[in-house]
Amino acid sequence: MFAIVAGGGKVGFYLAKELVGQGHEVVIIERDARRSAIIEGELGNIVMTGDAAETTVLQEAGAARADLVAAVTGDDEDNLVICQVAKVRFHSGRTIARINNPKNAEIFQRLGIDDTVSATDVVLSVIEQEIPRQHLIPLLRLRHTDAEIVEAVIQEGSSVAGRRLKDIELPAPTSIAVIIRDGQAIFPRDDEPILFGDHVIAFTTAKNEAALRQTLVGN
Amino acid sequence: MYVVIMGCGRVGARVASQLSRLGHEVTVLDLYPEAFARLAPEFNGTTLVGNGIDVDVLRRAGIERADAFAAATQGDNRNVMASQIAKHIFNVPKVVTRIYDPLRQETFEMLGLEAISPTVLGANQFLKILDPDAVTDADLEAEAFSHRIEAQPSS
Repeated sequence: MFAIVAGGGKVGFYLAKELVGQGHEVVIIERDARRSAIIEGELGNIVMTGDAAETTVLQEAGAARADLVAAVTGDDEDNLVICQVAKVRFHSGRTIARINNPKNAEIFQRLGIDDTVSATDVVLSVIEQEIPRQHLIPLLRLRHTDAEIVEAVIQEGSSVAGRRLKDIELPAPTSIAVIIRDGQAIFPRDDEPILFGDHVIAFTTAKNEAALRQTLVGN
Repeated sequence: MYVVIMGCGRVGARVASQLSRLGHEVTVLDLYPEAFARLAPEFNGTTLVGNGIDVDVLRRAGIERADAFAAATQGDNRNVMASQIAKHIFNVPKVVTRIYDPLRQETFEMLGLEAISPTVLGANQFLKILDPDAVTDADLEAEAFSHRIEAQPSS
């Protein structure tokens, strides 16, 4: 695979290093010449100094034959533009943008970026998995759809605790995929009861989130 | 008409002041409150400190009921991002963007943005004064464009 990594900060550096280690061809584009020199010292002659949002820089880096463009600078707006220029001008393969504001995930997707990665979201989901909360934890939005995987922790007082799946009316479309109980993953059948303390993993739609939350964690 | 303007630099402030004088309702956004000092004393719109690439800030600026949005910050990428949010997420009917880089202007015009490049406009002005008979790049492009239009079968 040929990958262009736009942005030679810490994320870009380690990403490029991993990709090179896996045997991929990589070009890093970094704006700051001093930073470029440091990366070159570590990873060899795979660094181009320039602004990756510039059409000519992307062209020179080989965007037209890139299987992947990963825009991982520190600024959401730069990452958006880099990915869009790569797509529109060079028909690069997959584009991935790093984002700081989690709300940009949906916006970037609607603007044609294939994938976004948000460190903010990752940390947030780890925190939310640690602390039982009254609401659903969104685990994963399925690409290019409004389907998502959510997790709910069944609390004391939940109206579904003790009832079997087939007796619970879930907002359609929703399907309970897995119940995690005492560290074991259960792929439930209709007659499986939901118990206090269960972590319920469900497929649902963004629209259904509120109704599902009410059903599973409401009392 | 209700207009949201992002960036209160020389251009943003001038556009905001004039729209306000013409009786339009205007909200102008900037990262720094000092920037609002550039507005004309008669400006009677709203000022808001914040980053226009943040959807929450745009909502606070009233983007959902805006008839027009203009992005005039110093950053091409910020202008491009905010304008696309205004156009494609909030469906603002009229969106205009400043993009200094002519190649980037072309790219985002392909994606449907209406963009002004001060670089192109400025260079043309210079050229017209330095060599009044000059045919500018913009003239050539306009000519090529009119040929393309003519070549298209009328529908």
